[in-house]
Amino acid sequence: MAKAKKHSTVIDMTAMSDVTVLLLTFFMLTSTFLPQEPVQVQAPASVKEIKVPEHNVMNILIDLQGRVYLNFPREDIRLGALDKMSEEYGITLNDKQKRAFKEQPFIGTPMNRLPGLLDLPLLSDQDAAMKQFGIPADSVNNQFARWILNARSLDKDLKITIKADQTTPYPMVEKVMKNLVKIKENRYSLITVLRGTPEGF
Amino acid sequence: MASIDTGGEEAVKGKPKKLNLRVDFTPMVDMNMLLITFFMFCTTLSKPEIMDIAMPTDQEVEETEKPKVKESRAITLLLGEENKVYYYVGKLEEDAYKDYNTIKETTYSTIESNEGLRDILLERNADAVKQMRELKIERKEKGDRMSDEEYKERSKTIKGDIDALTVVIKPTKDASYKNLVDALDEMDICSVGKYAIVDISDGDIWLLENYRTKGAYGVANSAPAKK
Repeated sequence: MAKAKKHSTVIDMTAMSDVTVLLLTFFMLTSTFLPQEPVQVQAPASVKEIKVPEHNVMNILIDLQGRVYLNFPREDIRLGALDKMSEEYGITLNDKQKRAFKEQPFIGTPMNRLPGLLDLPLLSDQDAAMKQFGIPADSVNNQFARWILNARSLDKDLKITIKADQTTPYPMVEKVMKNLVKIKENRYSLITVLRGTPEGF
Repeated sequence: MASIDTGGEEAVKGKPKKLNLRVDFTPMVDMNMLLITFFMFCTTLSKPEIMDIAMPTDQEVEETEKPKVKESRAITLLLGEENKVYYYVGKLEEDAYKDYNTIKETTYSTIESNEGLRDILLERNADAVKQMRELKIERKEKGDRMSDEEYKERSKTIKGDIDALTVVIKPTKDASYKNLVDALDEMDICSVGKYAIVDISDGDIWLLENYRTKGAYGVANSAPAKK
């Protein structure tokens, strides 16, 4: 009886490694990190093909209940606006809270709640707490407009984008748009996701 | 497993050692796979797009600065509930309020079919659509020889023509944000250059209510006074 041939069980993984490295490179180069947002919203689809600019974009996030969150692009604008706002509303933040503010990308509370929110240790806890408030944007207490005006005074070239869920009722979005028009910010962009252009256009 | 082991079992003195330089890549592959998984979960391939809009100011505008449009070339879209669009053409006269069929109902078009809103806009804006299509073909043929500025300039001229369609978009409180974006999209597809998002007026609300009740509302309530 012939003796069973002894096969080597070692598989050469070099080729496999090459493939994975290639894939990895592809993903690293083409993808962008998902922005961390306090609420998940699904932007509506549109045929527009202009990409979101990389820099100097101030993002306004509107959730389904019409609560408004703000995101400023650069650290100096964030801190500069915070200083002005705390002065206007008489809020003092300690150093630890300021550091926490730097790390939290979104602003989404009335000024008087801000110190309490920044004391929460985890970002996810802060996000959860934010969901109860949003920035007040009514005519009596329009902190939303103040935030934008303060940020604008620091950088004139800031672009404004609005991101809202596609099922958000229009009056919620209208409120924000009206506020922007009131402070003479008539030009802004709506964030959408791409869908195909219909045949022949 | 990872082995850079010396080859010969019995090393002969004086002879150089035969080295087996095979490195086991399995851990490397494992690590790469983990990284790929990480990137797939934490990143997104598609960057979102933006749609630029300019809202009319709430300040008073001088008569001379007002854009000139032909009222007969205007169409008003009322974005209603449950993805419905109501529309009427031109400026409404006193008589228009007597008939509940003044406004008509349609739906948003989809990528596959032009039925609904797109057909209506295309039909009324046929000239501009045709010219834009020719311009786009010309641009494709010329390639680099037509600069972006020239293209923009020419499309602006076509869309800004006095006879081109003007669209007034009036979202009602029942409309969703998606409806607004869809309507704005339709402006782009149908080469409408002159459009504005305007607040809904009492007259429009009255017309909508009258349409829904097939005229019964109009009998019971008189039309709001024109401003």
